[in-house]
Amino acid sequence: MTDSLVILNDLLRDLRGHPLRPSWFKAFSREARAVFPKIAKKKQFARVQLGLFFISILLHFATMLCPAHAQVTFDRLLNSAKEPQNWLTYSGDYAGRRHSALDQINLANVRTLTAKWVYQTGAEGKLEATPLVVDGVLYATAQDDRAFALDAHSGRPIWLYQRQLPGDLRPCCGHVNRGLAILGNKVFLGTLDAHVIALDAKTGNVVWDVTSADYQKGYSFTGAPLVVKNLIITGISGGEYGVRGFVDAYDAVTGERKWRFYTVPGPGEPGHDTWEGDSWKVGGAPAWNTGTYDPETDQIFWPTGNPAPSNRGEGRAGDNLYSNSLLALKAATGKLNWYFQFTKHDEHDWDATQIPVMIDANGKHLIAQANRNGFFYVLDRTTGKLISANAYGKTTWSDTKDAEGRPIANKNSSPTLQGRTVCPGALGTTNYMPPAYDAQTGLFYVTARDQCDIFSTAPQPYEAGHAYYGSAYFPSEDAKPYLGFLKAIDPATGEIKWKFQHTTPTWSGVLSTAGGLVFTGDAEGNFIALDAASGKPLWHFQMGGAVYAAPMAFAVDGKEYIAIAAGSSVYAFALP
Amino acid sequence: MILSVNFALAGLRWPHFRFGGTAVRNSFSARSFASSLLLLCLVSSVTHADDRNPLANDPKAAKAGEYEFRINCALCHGLGAHGGGRGPDLTRAQKKHAHSDAEMFQVISNGIAGTAMPANGTNGQGVGMTDDEIWQLIAYIRSVEVKAPANPLGDAAHGKELFYGDANCSLCHMVEGKGGRLGPDLTSAGGSRTRESIIDSVRHPSHHLAWGLTEATKEFPQEYESITVVTADGKEISGVAMNEDYFSVQIMDSSERIHLLEKDKLRSFQKSRQSMMPPYDSSSLSDKDLEDIVTFLFSVGAK
Repeated sequence: MTDSLVILNDLLRDLRGHPLRPSWFKAFSREARAVFPKIAKKKQFARVQLGLFFISILLHFATMLCPAHAQVTFDRLLNSAKEPQNWLTYSGDYAGRRHSALDQINLANVRTLTAKWVYQTGAEGKLEATPLVVDGVLYATAQDDRAFALDAHSGRPIWLYQRQLPGDLRPCCGHVNRGLAILGNKVFLGTLDAHVIALDAKTGNVVWDVTSADYQKGYSFTGAPLVVKNLIITGISGGEYGVRGFVDAYDAVTGERKWRFYTVPGPGEPGHDTWEGDSWKVGGAPAWNTGTYDPETDQIFWPTGNPAPSNRGEGRAGDNLYSNSLLALKAATGKLNWYFQFTKHDEHDWDATQIPVMIDANGKHLIAQANRNGFFYVLDRTTGKLISANAYGKTTWSDTKDAEGRPIANKNSSPTLQGRTVCPGALGTTNYMPPAYDAQTGLFYVTARDQCDIFSTAPQPYEAGHAYYGSAYFPSEDAKPYLGFLKAIDPATGEIKWKFQHTTPTWSGVLSTAGGLVFTGDAEGNFIALDAASGKPLWHFQMGGAVYAAPMAFAVDGKEYIAIAAGSSVYAFALP
Repeated sequence: MILSVNFALAGLRWPHFRFGGTAVRNSFSARSFASSLLLLCLVSSVTHADDRNPLANDPKAAKAGEYEFRINCALCHGLGAHGGGRGPDLTRAQKKHAHSDAEMFQVISNGIAGTAMPANGTNGQGVGMTDDEIWQLIAYIRSVEVKAPANPLGDAAHGKELFYGDANCSLCHMVEGKGGRLGPDLTSAGGSRTRESIIDSVRHPSHHLAWGLTEATKEFPQEYESITVVTADGKEISGVAMNEDYFSVQIMDSSERIHLLEKDKLRSFQKSRQSMMPPYDSSSLSDKDLEDIVTFLFSVGAK
């Protein structure tokens, strides 16, 4: 009945001018013919009751047939490869590959790609979200914790949610959000005031709202959650405020917190001795991007960020576990299976929060990450053992590797009072922008930046809720322009197979497709399609705003679309 | 009052340098109703603030202020407050926007409308400095101030003559609406840049094509790069880039004509970070004459 009412509600909305998908009408008329005679034979209902019953049955059938209202089950998330028309998770699949099996848009016809619709969010600042698409409905977020559902075919809004946020928020880097997760009839959003909320996927109404942490101490959520079974898993932001980082899991139905993994171990826990004195209490190690999930071992891989203060190592002597690490956690309990720390005792703000991508090659189960510190790491995802680490951009901080093969910092790479030039700079060789991995080409596509910074240090006492950097950094004095690239890396060798140089560095993520294409955006507002094998640009569209988001692909009624956010709008492209 | 301040802020470009994950030039700061409230609080706190810095002449406060300065201000005003090209040299005792401690508190708290100077707590780094920390900052700035010499180093009137005359500056540069368009408008250069940075730009124009961190004195990072193209019909065009992306370029040539070009239709495209401005060595422009021009720019910038 609830479903029927929602449908009815949708119909009413349509009378107010919102579009109803033509395919819905078809479903309605077809079912009306098929259902009516069966109902009419049953004479035990009074005419009015019959009429009401008929309507509810009709709507119920419509609900079942109408693809826009199908439930998203864990099984569907596990088998997302079977429905390439949908984009069910932040990275498109549990492996983090951001690869679409759709090939309608391909090397032969991409030059005719055209904009189909634009949705303007009206938000200011950077739009970093990747939309989800489920059976013709697109769900996305925008700045200041807006969430919205659109008709993915027309771009017309179905509902809009806008959180009432307090005025004294403490996001380090803008009022951004990178997207939603979906399960059942709910979408899930982590908010800037450190709540996790569930919204009704059909209306945008709040179903539950739980407080995760105190935003006034610098805790916030910016990343898209990950759904595993009945759990909504997400990691906290706030490495600039001396938070104690964690990864949380919430019950999808009730919002009850099922587990929390502190990324900075407390007294008596393994790794606690990697922190000097009480520094662990404000040790940072946030977990602000989205992890990946391996169903075979039932573990999630979650990356963590910088220790706090970010650019001053004095006072927190030690490796500072589990900052800048990849954590393998049991999905059901949050217990640690293994960890790998990319940058020990980081002093350059090199969060290791880049998407960890699961790759299977030659019978090996691997996980790869293009790290902010400039190295491309490949690990065995069963054991966490390092297999290779190769520079994929300009780095000066490490000339040597330890016995495991991990790059270790040169003695002279620490920030000083007068300032010291180190590459990559504080923004890193890459950052939050998601990469893509195409098993067909065997290439890992990642946005990269060559920039060096002068890192200087400044003692800064911890004050709750105040920025806690212990540092300042500056573009290096040589005044050379920074370089930005899309690089195609062979994970087997770390070799860069091709690179496409942007006019200036970009914050766009990457999508690869079975059409032999990769898509990315640039800081000048272009959306670009390139040949996945060669990096040759084949098509572009000027969107009028810089790109801070990552593209994704979906299909409606058999037609493939590529979508991306730029400026304060979401764009969808398809063949004419 | 609040509305007008916020309106001006909304229109200003301010780079977010700190990122858990982001930053960049040309991004508009998010400013909501909530930040108006914050601003209101800041304004009211100024109203109640002391006219004099309660921490004046306290060396410990000044030291703490130096660290606040590094973290919050040095990005634009330079590590030693000598100016970074983008933000003015704050070691000058004579400041354009704030004379008394209370005025300085106001400027730090609320920013300066219509300039790149942001209000405390609005640069994407959360809630900003406390009142105490701002007073520490002011104590530091006062501690590094250097009194200007009683007489300016140069002769502004002679500098003006040179600028519009023999030194040929005005062929490419505009000051107060008069002059050329090929190079940057220098009306505000004297108010924001150090003497040393202006001298460096005249002697070595290619050293910094435009002064500033991440080149933020420019609207676009490609601006003022030198471009030479040959069009499909064989015509050569040289000029400075007004803007550029991967697929197109917008150029102003030396006769101030604007060319709008698609790169894939060009026979050749070359760009260089050698400035189109000729370097002025001491034989073409004496140290004294250059000092006069700097003094002229300072006199205009102080207005």
